[in-house]
Amino acid sequence: MIKKLLIANRGEIAVRIIRAARELGIETVQVHSTADADSLAVKMADVAVEVGPPQAAKSYLNTEAILHAAKEHSVDAIHPGYGFFSENADFVDAVVDAGMVFVGPSGDTIRRMGDKVAARQAAMEAGVPTVPGSAGRIGDMEEAREIARQTGFPVMIKAAAGGGGRGIRVVENIEQFDREAPQASAEALAAFGDGGLYLERFIGRSRHVEVQVLGDGERAVHLYERECSLQRRRQKVWEEAPSTALSAQVREDLCAAAIRLTEAVQYRGAGTIEFLYDDQSGEYVFIEMNTRIQVEHPVSELITGIDLIREMILIAGGERLAFEQKDIQVRGHAIEVRINAEDPAKDFMPFPGTITGVSLPGGPGVRFDGMIYPGYSIPPFYDSLLGKLIVWDSSRERAIERLKRALGEMSIEGVTTTRSLFAALADAPDVRSGAVDTRWLEGWLEDNADHLWQ
Amino acid sequence: MATREIVSPLPGVFYQRPSPDDPVYKSEGDTVAVGDVIGLVEVMKSFHPIASDVAGTVVRYLTDNEDAVMAGQALIEIEE
Repeated sequence: MIKKLLIANRGEIAVRIIRAARELGIETVQVHSTADADSLAVKMADVAVEVGPPQAAKSYLNTEAILHAAKEHSVDAIHPGYGFFSENADFVDAVVDAGMVFVGPSGDTIRRMGDKVAARQAAMEAGVPTVPGSAGRIGDMEEAREIARQTGFPVMIKAAAGGGGRGIRVVENIEQFDREAPQASAEALAAFGDGGLYLERFIGRSRHVEVQVLGDGERAVHLYERECSLQRRRQKVWEEAPSTALSAQVREDLCAAAIRLTEAVQYRGAGTIEFLYDDQSGEYVFIEMNTRIQVEHPVSELITGIDLIREMILIAGGERLAFEQKDIQVRGHAIEVRINAEDPAKDFMPFPGTITGVSLPGGPGVRFDGMIYPGYSIPPFYDSLLGKLIVWDSSRERAIERLKRALGEMSIEGVTTTRSLFAALADAPDVRSGAVDTRWLEGWLEDNADHLWQ
Repeated sequence: MATREIVSPLPGVFYQRPSPDDPVYKSEGDTVAVGDVIGLVEVMKSFHPIASDVAGTVVRYLTDNEDAVMAGQALIEIEE
């Protein structure tokens, strides 16, 4: 059993983890950079420990400082959240070697599934369809150019240690490849501490559908799928569950494939198996497994009634899965939108600043997972996510109406946010009918730039 | 000859090179044309190239590689 948990993350997910821990009677230790001394997570945690300067590489990615804080405060376990150390196998090994529990899979599982190349191999072995691309991680830029030429353009450049869409770029030709590959590598290094890249053939029109799984090291269950097709520069902005695109048969096959892979790697904790789904052919291909909790986990929680962060902590504490697959039923429809400090009218320019006023929505079926309060200064050093507005209702149509109502109640003053984007999207005919794919949003943004003024 | 400073339009972290393995964008004495990239500012995990709006010769960087910068902070000095 875990009694004291260190949160090696920041922002809304740190707040989310503190809430789950508190409900389980677990004490919390929040590490933070000097730039986050005034963050909500620091205020909420039982103990806060500064671990370094603003740059993530020197604080949230500083193994030595984090482990020192953990020992100093005698914690039993470390929760990595998403990003930062969540998919870093060496960090997991260091935590375990120091005699503590990592809330998530083993270092070896992360090494295998976190390395997208080895993961594809595992997927193939589990009988899950995959996408063509580079056979492995690319060593240097010369080799990368050659493989890009062979795979054929357009090519996707992806961070081997990546996930969450960071460090992913689509390039149309070799000149663009030469310009963007070094930046992709730099982004990967800054975000994950590993600049390694791999290449994959770019697949045109498809939906992004992902299956939420939970495993205890032997047995696994799924919490059905989420659809996250609304993306901008490969960043998800609107996620929902379930997907309206899948037939009952495809849903069953997809979820069964996800479970085969999860059990094949003896997965422990919460994870997500991501697929691209082509509605025309009804085919799906595995793209990657994220061996961590994801930003959009709340939509799965709302349709199944299962608290994923709580289950992660219980499994890490040595408990077996608390339910069978038949116990997990989908009820209604949930939508999450990411409220980012970005200006949709200015090409989503990040907008750090000080929040002067906050009014959050409430009422039936509305949840806000955030980290903002009046007077909070948003640091420029981390991602732009301020919070997630999540709504649930009995059907997708009703959920969209509820989203509009909640967005209308929400106001965040002092900074510009992506609120206006979602108000406009909720009225877009293609969104309402579900006729979208992963490239739909960028086209719509070009055509609707003038709807995005606040 | 007058000197001009290029300032960061954003708060964030300044980089003098496109990636850690690459050479710096500009060195002392290098020629700069209008539109030349002199560095990157990372703000909220996105990298923004900073282009020069003057032509001239680099005197020196005024902000170190990987230093935190405020909006309006001088990054590089250029002699027109």
